[in-house]
Amino acid sequence: MEAVLFFLAAIGALGGAIGVVALRNPFFSVLALIAHLFSLAVLFLLLTSAFVAAAQVVVYAGAVMVLYVFVVAYVGGGGESAWEPIPGQRFLAPLLGVAIFVELSIAVLGSALSALDTHGSEVPTGFGDPAAIGRLLLEKFLLPFEASSILLLLAAVGAIVLAARRREGEGEGSSEHSAKRSEDPTPSPTPGVTA
Amino acid sequence: MNIEWYIVLSSLLFATGVVGILIRRSPMVILLCLELMLNAGNLALVAFSRMVGNAQGQVFAVIVMVIAACEVVVGLGLIVAIFRRRLPLNVDDLRELRG
Repeated sequence: MEAVLFFLAAIGALGGAIGVVALRNPFFSVLALIAHLFSLAVLFLLLTSAFVAAAQVVVYAGAVMVLYVFVVAYVGGGGESAWEPIPGQRFLAPLLGVAIFVELSIAVLGSALSALDTHGSEVPTGFGDPAAIGRLLLEKFLLPFEASSILLLLAAVGAIVLAARRREGEGEGSSEHSAKRSEDPTPSPTPGVTA
Repeated sequence: MNIEWYIVLSSLLFATGVVGILIRRSPMVILLCLELMLNAGNLALVAFSRMVGNAQGQVFAVIVMVIAACEVVVGLGLIVAIFRRRLPLNVDDLRELRG
């Protein structure tokens, strides 16, 4: 039963990953990534890590992917040019991918980790449930927890600064634009003044 | 299932992400492929955590999720900013920072 579930989830995860890479339309790529994330959540459950699986579904497949869908809908799926800056890139890249897969497999399977061939060590019930992870996060890993919260805040502020629509002639807009405006002998009043 | 199956699957997913970054041109799809690679790393972390029988690896996986969320937010902000300036959304055309 466990093996069947593992192979189903593995096929889902791999198919989702290949879909992300191969599909032309970015919107379908995002949908493939959502399927991939759900399959990974099943794999996490098989590895008895309930909290990570739940976070994967709620945070990743829920929130982050919604952000992607919005941006894809805003930007639109433009077709990619078939032009290759490096000749033969489309043939070399899969070769490099296979090379890195073989390399990683050799590195992991050739290591002296004897427990790799087992089902993992015996774990108590409640291994990886929210209580255990929460206790670890707030006791042993308090500093990384706080650092990651500051990082999230910084990322939110950075995204607003990057993506916010700059108001005309206010603050430091895009350099060309503000330079053109300052050279203008009769600056048009800002909308805020007339209104 | 033995742990090594999970590890091999994780390296396979990582290699898929690498191929995607190498062959795709759209910055958005490249971000998606970065997600693939981060998730492959997450799977390896959780699998090793199960192997050792210690839940600390799962805390690492949660932190990696936070990092991935930050990366997505900043990357998508950049994409929106590029789109607003009417620049082409193609990593081969955006080469002004190239040395």
